[in-house]
Amino acid sequence: MNLTLKIWRQTDANDKGKMVDYKVTEISEHMSFLEMMDVLNEQLINKGVEPIAFDHDCREGICGMCSMYINGEAHGPDRGVTTCQLHMRMFKDGDTITIEPFRAKAFPVIKDLVVDRSAFDRIQHAGGYISVNTSGNTQDANATLISKHAADEAMDAATCIGCGACVASCKNASAMLFVGAKVSQYALLPQGQVEAVDRVKNMVAQMDLEGFGNCTNTGACEVECPKGISLENIARMNREFLSANVKG
Amino acid sequence: MSVLDSKVPKGPLKTKWTDYKNHIDLVNPANKRNIDVIVVGTGLAGGSAAATLAELGYNVKTFCYQDSPRRAHSIAAQGGINAAKNYQGDGDSTYRLFYDTVKGGDYRSREANVYRLAEVSANIIDQCVAQGVPFARDYGGLLDNRSFGGVLVSRTFYAKGQTGQQLLLGAYSAMNRQIARGKITPFNRHEMLDVVKVDGKARGIIARDLVTGEIERHSAHAVVIASGGYGNVYFLSTNAMGSNATAAWKIHKKGAFFANPCYTQIHPTCIPRSGDYQSKLTLMSESLRNDGRIWVPKNMDDVMAIREGKKKPTDLSEDERDYYLERRYPAFGNLVPRDVASRAAKERCDAGYGVNATGEAVYLDFAAAIKRYGIEQAKIHNITNASADKLYELGAAIVKAKYGNLFQMYEKIVDQDPYKTPMMIYPAVHYTMGGVWVDYNLMTTIPGCYAIGEANFSDHGANRLGASALMQGLADGYFVLPYTIGDYLSHDIRTGKIPTDTPEFDAAEKEVTDRINFFINNKGEHSVDYYHKKLGKIMWDECGMSRNAEGLKKAIEEISALRKDFWKNVNVPGTTTEYNEQLAKAGRVADFLELGELFAKDALVREESAGGHFREEHQTEDGEAKRLKEFQFVSAWEYKGEPKDAVLHKEELVYENIEVKERSYK
Repeated sequence: MNLTLKIWRQTDANDKGKMVDYKVTEISEHMSFLEMMDVLNEQLINKGVEPIAFDHDCREGICGMCSMYINGEAHGPDRGVTTCQLHMRMFKDGDTITIEPFRAKAFPVIKDLVVDRSAFDRIQHAGGYISVNTSGNTQDANATLISKHAADEAMDAATCIGCGACVASCKNASAMLFVGAKVSQYALLPQGQVEAVDRVKNMVAQMDLEGFGNCTNTGACEVECPKGISLENIARMNREFLSANVKG
Repeated sequence: MSVLDSKVPKGPLKTKWTDYKNHIDLVNPANKRNIDVIVVGTGLAGGSAAATLAELGYNVKTFCYQDSPRRAHSIAAQGGINAAKNYQGDGDSTYRLFYDTVKGGDYRSREANVYRLAEVSANIIDQCVAQGVPFARDYGGLLDNRSFGGVLVSRTFYAKGQTGQQLLLGAYSAMNRQIARGKITPFNRHEMLDVVKVDGKARGIIARDLVTGEIERHSAHAVVIASGGYGNVYFLSTNAMGSNATAAWKIHKKGAFFANPCYTQIHPTCIPRSGDYQSKLTLMSESLRNDGRIWVPKNMDDVMAIREGKKKPTDLSEDERDYYLERRYPAFGNLVPRDVASRAAKERCDAGYGVNATGEAVYLDFAAAIKRYGIEQAKIHNITNASADKLYELGAAIVKAKYGNLFQMYEKIVDQDPYKTPMMIYPAVHYTMGGVWVDYNLMTTIPGCYAIGEANFSDHGANRLGASALMQGLADGYFVLPYTIGDYLSHDIRTGKIPTDTPEFDAAEKEVTDRINFFINNKGEHSVDYYHKKLGKIMWDECGMSRNAEGLKKAIEEISALRKDFWKNVNVPGTTTEYNEQLAKAGRVADFLELGELFAKDALVREESAGGHFREEHQTEDGEAKRLKEFQFVSAWEYKGEPKDAVLHKEELVYENIEVKERSYK
């Protein structure tokens, strides 16, 4: 199929940026969206035009590196997938596709479709860990029983890939689904209890400092999350936060 | 004679590591504060090493090309991690894990290293649970296990089909704790482009900031390379797009020997390729072989009918199917090691029984498992006279709980429902057992330069068993390197900070800058990918699942010619002072073009079949790999300019605790 692409071009963080139209030809419906972008870039390089910068790495939906806001949706029109798993069979010959970077104050654009998501790392530095040394002198792994239900729920929260689709989809650019997922993973497990109070307070404080907005329960993040992270995690974080502040 | 000294300590195998740890030099906590360590790569090996070294008190700098350490490709590992816990009471032990790993590696790994790996494996699980890694549990609240290929016990711990992700996030969380304390300084979106040697020792690196293009000097008392494998030399592999061998290759060019480059793992269960545009291949976890049965049609008529769309795989009766792994290897069945399963798939497809349009696919079928689980669930829930639909529903729910994310991934890529129709799979490049040569301390032949995880060569021999890569990465990073590096660094307590305004740093930086400028100014005809794809095709055709002398000689010539053309005609757009992915890639492909030739040379010299290295000239009557006693050594290559001039050093492999036998899974 042949497509018209409207793509955000921006040389660096200081550039104002603009949408530019491109035609791309000979696209197969079996290609992934990023393979379509590869074809476009190869065509651009051969024409002497600078290729479009975009983040990508594992191309199997787990590293969280790829982003892109496609036709007004983070990771495009399909559900439960990242951009690298989006396939061209979701589009038709002759379609016009709009491609923008993830937009949020806390995610400044580096170039074209590449954004800086280091704010997520800094939130994790603030408390996204259990303070246990890696010396190996821990108790036997089976010494503490953990119910299957709790382990499964913690796992569901822990599958967050940190891509930032939740932020990009939220009208407030809130990161509460991302932070809630990490807080929940530890809140659901006995290992996480010791530091629970400080963890939620510190992570929320860092989240606010980075300039992410607040949650107003529109639920767009849950809809666009490629890993199906549930809104319950935000509720759990709020409960943890409230109880942490009561405990002082 | 060889200059290689493996430094394996004396004494009985079982107590080697403990005795060794008791006698190596330590660095006191106050002195650790004055010692800097650079870790390149933040996957399971690099991330765990960085966190542990920082906890011990060293000042650590980490480097990764991704935008966050959490994105290293360890994250994509699916199935699980082995550990000799014997929680299932099925006869597992440290010795058995050691034995399985050496046998699985076709007797081409170093005994002492493998035993140590098996020994520390149990502790990894304790460690990860303490970190909050949500491993799968049973209803009693205990940890659950599954089986992987090449073994007869259940010793694999898992977190759904995302074990690598959870373990990496565990290591990342341990790193974050140290970043918060200021003990780790992370340099993300940075790429190491050379190692700097001072007085023969590794004392720093030259790195490029991938966002600004700035070239930076970083000094340290030791440099740890944890940059993963070189599977992307094939262009198409299950590696991430950015996975590269540059860090490993740079240290090789500065004096680190490169071992067994021809040992690569072609993983049997990947989604078949579909077209020329394809950018990478997707793995379907080996854990699927716990429940999936692999087959092709028995009759050629059925093959043709399926390819033409006149028949569906589900139309074929049991009698019309050839479960070739169960037929050829009754003892291990669908759970034979990866190299054996891959070759068996190739054998059937080469014979014309491939089930897709390209003729390069076999079926991985879950119908029997769904039925079996359905009946089991009906019993558990006391449902009598359940209909076939009900049994299917109950069974499919169990399969979904075990492999849901893999099935979803398959459906998204192939647009077929694997609950209803068998998956189509074919082998693809997945892992490289070869890598930088290291001694028992994990030190390379450059003093002060270490290689850990997939980047080194030591533990998996000629074939890695499933769920052992995660084990090795974390063992090296959490439990081995932090001890052995102390022995070396204990001599550096009075050295003081290493200055970067020295001739050694000047020279290394100039070399890096010259090369980058060359790429940008060359303005040739062909893109970087043009060369990468051509190299990949040569590698796959001549150095893939089976190799022969003629093909390997051809590959050496073709790669050498391609490399010359690359340096003449490569076209890299943009500038050096901006985010420029093509420029970064040009450097990586330039290194692959050298590594690929050494790979072919190594494969040519190794005139035997072992594990993943299958020489057509050396096979048994029924087509199994035939090892030769005279090749019971590690090939460690010394860089001397062009790959053709590389000098071979041999480390003889001695097996004192295991009998070297014909590897049989029948």
